[in-house]
Amino acid sequence: MKSFLTLECLSKKFPGKKTDSDYVVFDDISYTIEKGEFVCIIGHSGCGKSTILNVLAGLDKPTTGYISMEGKEVVGSSLDRGVVFQNYSLLPWLTALKNVTFGVKARFPNKSKAEVEEHSLKYLQMVGLGENVNKKPSELSGGMRQRVSIARAFATHPKLLLLDEPFGALDALTRGNIQDELIKIWNETKQTVFMITHDVDEAILLADKIILMSNGPGACIAEEVLVNIPRPRERGKVIDDPGYYKIRKHLIKFLVERSSDFTGDKVRKSPITVDPTQDN
Amino acid sequence: MSSLNIKAAFLSIVILFVGLALWEVFNQAPKATEELDEFALLMGGEDKEARVPPPSKVFKHAYKELSDPFYDAGPNDKGIGIQLFYSLVRVLIGFGAAAAIAIPLGFVIGMSELMYKALNPFIQILKPISPLAWMPLALFIIKDSEKSAVFVIFICSIWPMLLNTAFGVSNVRKDWIKVAQTHELSKLKTAFCVILPASAPTIFTGMRISIGIAWLVIVAAEMLVGGTGIGYYVWNEWNNLDLNSVIFSIIMIGLVGMTLDLILNALSRLVVYEE
Ligand SMILES: Nc1ncnc2c1ncn2[C@@H]1O[C@H](COP(=O)(O)OP(=O)(O)O)[C@@H](O)[C@H]1O
Ligand SMILES: [Mg+2]
Repeated sequence: MKSFLTLECLSKKFPGKKTDSDYVVFDDISYTIEKGEFVCIIGHSGCGKSTILNVLAGLDKPTTGYISMEGKEVVGSSLDRGVVFQNYSLLPWLTALKNVTFGVKARFPNKSKAEVEEHSLKYLQMVGLGENVNKKPSELSGGMRQRVSIARAFATHPKLLLLDEPFGALDALTRGNIQDELIKIWNETKQTVFMITHDVDEAILLADKIILMSNGPGACIAEEVLVNIPRPRERGKVIDDPGYYKIRKHLIKFLVERSSDFTGDKVRKSPITVDPTQDN
Repeated sequence: MSSLNIKAAFLSIVILFVGLALWEVFNQAPKATEELDEFALLMGGEDKEARVPPPSKVFKHAYKELSDPFYDAGPNDKGIGIQLFYSLVRVLIGFGAAAAIAIPLGFVIGMSELMYKALNPFIQILKPISPLAWMPLALFIIKDSEKSAVFVIFICSIWPMLLNTAFGVSNVRKDWIKVAQTHELSKLKTAFCVILPASAPTIFTGMRISIGIAWLVIVAAEMLVGGTGIGYYVWNEWNNLDLNSVIFSIIMIGLVGMTLDLILNALSRLVVYEE
């Protein structure tokens, strides 16, 4: 069977500023994601995670290689691929509700005004923003803004949802609450999600698979780590799962000790799959 | 905050009255000690120094003028209201035409680096030219003093709006453009639904600067072309040696300029947003 999303021999180079040689962010990456999977990607800052995400979103072109979604090549951005950026990217002159209807109108041009509003309110409700829908982003806290941004992305029913460190700027408590909202809304929609995070615990809580990216330049996907913890997961309970600390230990060891090992002839064209819960 | 405002208002009133009192006291004509001939009277009595009329006289005059601002007794004697109206109409036509060209053009320049680079040298050369320097050329080409004055207003209003619009448009946050892209908005829709609201505050700042400059320039332009308008009025009253009228119209020019600025400020409040 053909995969939902295929990245084939993807590479991205930026023209070098002073030197003649190009800056190779990543080279020859191949990977596949199945429909309904929640995939998190972890790697050191600057290794090229956002670059991959922008290429997936169609906001940036790969230098070589291609991406296909449901058999069709990805060219340019599309409503089929919703994006949530780290800095929320809400339009500050619109209210929370208008920010969501902005997306819904674009997605469903045939819906009547009332239907658009109803649909948008439903998603704002889901992320717990019932009362504040008529406030402007500047009147909302960081957590609230990110909720609006998530509601906008889910409300447009993208086939693939791309999240770039969506909770990176939030404090731990707020982050936890929004993770709960995200799990709830994901349980209902079974979206395919590709999410960048630098928080190991967040990745284990949310993901089916965690992609480990080696350090750049010339980064590669070194490993694909399976999160073999049954769903539904709860923030307070996953940490009691016997596999949790095995996975956590594996991820942290990778980030601290091994992420810089994959250079030269050690670059992996295709990642190995690891299930830390099965190791001893 | 509000107590600060009250204190500031109180202080403003004190400064106003002290200023007026000093003006009044130091500008009294000295008492004549002997009979003066007609010429000496005309020159301000015994005192040979120039004196401006005291505020009491100016206010008396202002009251008289403002109680019938729209009288029209021939080309050299019209009420202040009519003169201000002429000037305002010229400013609004020139400013409106400038906005109609500068804002769309600024949009294009802001969106396209190529257009920006191609047009920038022209803008840099044209911008520092005093608008009045265009007057002879305008008179020669247009052959109509009224329209030439409007043209001068047009020329001086165009630059701040053009540059501010281009600046605002080119500095729209890339994230917002990305939002438009990921929502598959067309170029036109992106321009109207994202770039325009995002740059509207900057555009309004340009409009505010433009109307301020236009109001500064119209007085000078009308002094040159004559006929009607507040600039002509000031110059005409100076020729009549009617300093009461000159001072009165200076105050009126200030008040109207302030009102124009307040109106644009109020309008720009409708489009500003907080990030
Ligand atoms: N537009 C660009 N031009 C040149 N270099 C870039 C550009 N965007 C990103 N880079 C470089 O690519 C690398 C990866 O960046 P990024 O994908 O943002 O990293 P991450 O999101 O993993 O922290 C960085 O070294 C960055 O300096
Ligand atoms: Mg990043």
